[in-house]
Amino acid sequence: MPAATATLPLDIDRVREDFPILATVLHGDQPLVYLDNAATSQHPRQVIQSLVDTYERHYANVHRGIHWLSDHSTDLYEDAREKVRRFINAPHREEVIFTTGTTASINLVARSWGDSRVRAGDEIILSVMEHHSNLVPWQQLAERTGCVLRHIPITDDGLLVVDELDRLLTDRTRLVAVTAVSNVLGTINPVAEMVRRAHQAGALVLVDAAQSVPHEPTDVQALDADFLAFSGHKMIGPSGVGVLYGRAALLEALPPFLGGGSMIRRVHLDRFEAADLPARFEAGTPPIAPAIGMGAAVDYLQRIGLAKIQAHEQLLVRQAHARLEEIGGVRILGPAPSQKAGIVSFTVDGIHPHDVAQLLDRHGVAVRAGHHCTMPLHKRLGIVASTRASFYLYNTPHEVDRLAEALVEAKRVFRR
Amino acid sequence: MASDEEEIYQEHVLDHYEGPYHRGRCAGATHEHEDDNPLCGDVVRVQLRIDPAGKVEEAWFDGEGCCISQASASMLMQRVEGATVDDVKRFSADEMLRLFGARLTPNRQKCCLLSWRVLQSAIFSPIDGSGAESAGPARRNPHAGEAT
Repeated sequence: MPAATATLPLDIDRVREDFPILATVLHGDQPLVYLDNAATSQHPRQVIQSLVDTYERHYANVHRGIHWLSDHSTDLYEDAREKVRRFINAPHREEVIFTTGTTASINLVARSWGDSRVRAGDEIILSVMEHHSNLVPWQQLAERTGCVLRHIPITDDGLLVVDELDRLLTDRTRLVAVTAVSNVLGTINPVAEMVRRAHQAGALVLVDAAQSVPHEPTDVQALDADFLAFSGHKMIGPSGVGVLYGRAALLEALPPFLGGGSMIRRVHLDRFEAADLPARFEAGTPPIAPAIGMGAAVDYLQRIGLAKIQAHEQLLVRQAHARLEEIGGVRILGPAPSQKAGIVSFTVDGIHPHDVAQLLDRHGVAVRAGHHCTMPLHKRLGIVASTRASFYLYNTPHEVDRLAEALVEAKRVFRR
Repeated sequence: MASDEEEIYQEHVLDHYEGPYHRGRCAGATHEHEDDNPLCGDVVRVQLRIDPAGKVEEAWFDGEGCCISQASASMLMQRVEGATVDDVKRFSADEMLRLFGARLTPNRQKCCLLSWRVLQSAIFSPIDGSGAESAGPARRNPHAGEAT
């Protein structure tokens, strides 16, 4: 093991020491091998301590009190916004809206922008590989407005047929909503190129960045995205907080979605005046401690370096492909490692993914089994479910070996 | 490794999975129902031939899914053949879990109870639409849907 870890882009032993949960031993003697990072990631002490500090020393409601503690809490909450702004290179801090997660961020756009800007017959382009959270809000919008949904197809090896986008883009296209990285296939989509083509056609672009922001450098200005959504809990931050980035000129013109406290400038008995950004879209008490914790997660990831994390995951994916391909009856979904992020989904001949996951768990290996919130994608692939191993900065080559060994054992149980 | 976990894939279970009892179509079926577990895509269809006296003469299942859902369906078909409809109605979820034998976590209990749930609806689902009352509302777990 030391020989293998010495060549890794980051100091893996030091990183692992920061994540207390990785010391977990299951079933008596099986060290936890946590490979379910695309579902949610684990937390370093620095993030956990941030939550403890907030609740022990800094907590009050934000933007409310005249008292010292409220000012202090507000400063920390707004510091977190500034950290996130730098993290994605957004031009302005008010373009960073704290939500409860990617799902809430996409729904915010579908409600606020969709309901006010989309008419019957307008078109929205999605893709076959979208997570349900980037499908259902648009289906609901279509129910409300009569707009039409179109879908970019994929190839058999899980790549978007990007040229189809040109065919799908019409003068009725209002929005292209696409994932930056597939949460099942791991496919890295050419989002910047798609944004360019969509803008040429006069359409806006929303990027579902839940699986990309935690794992690679993100620059919303270079990407030129109009909206970009992601979650704290997939980037070693707390659950319950996420972000919607939106271009200020766009957001300023949109009506608020959730109404309530904080999002108003003035309220009368019969009407209200909406607040400016970002409060306009942050009705009610926000996820105060989770947002501050997300700021701590940003600090941690930036100290390690997103480019290093990405390079590290690429090594693990290459190794996983090589190891799993040695095992008979294993079919890996999606493209070659060079075209994917740290996600390796697969099926095993004759063994249902739930049984695979259960048998891997015996060896302490935590993976996801099911359709991973992508039923249409699984239907396109001709399968009902799959098993997914997804990596992050704290996973090791040794753990990839443990995955492969556990898989061989699983096949033995099923006498295959 | 925990012994409870190991028991799930014991010989008895694998035997039912690989050599299921009455997998296929039931000739002369009088009742049938099909349902799935959207969480994992498992599907089970149950077909029954119930005689006028209310006895289950034959019970067959078909479907696709994990070892637990398919093996438990096989065990259940074997168990209810020869029983009366009233026996089937009284056959509880707990009895189904005991019939399966191996201890299951709450998530896998859903797999095990899929065929039981389908059977409970099948006895109220005559193929001709004559005679028996219609099926009651399906039993639902408060969070039977997906997790992200």
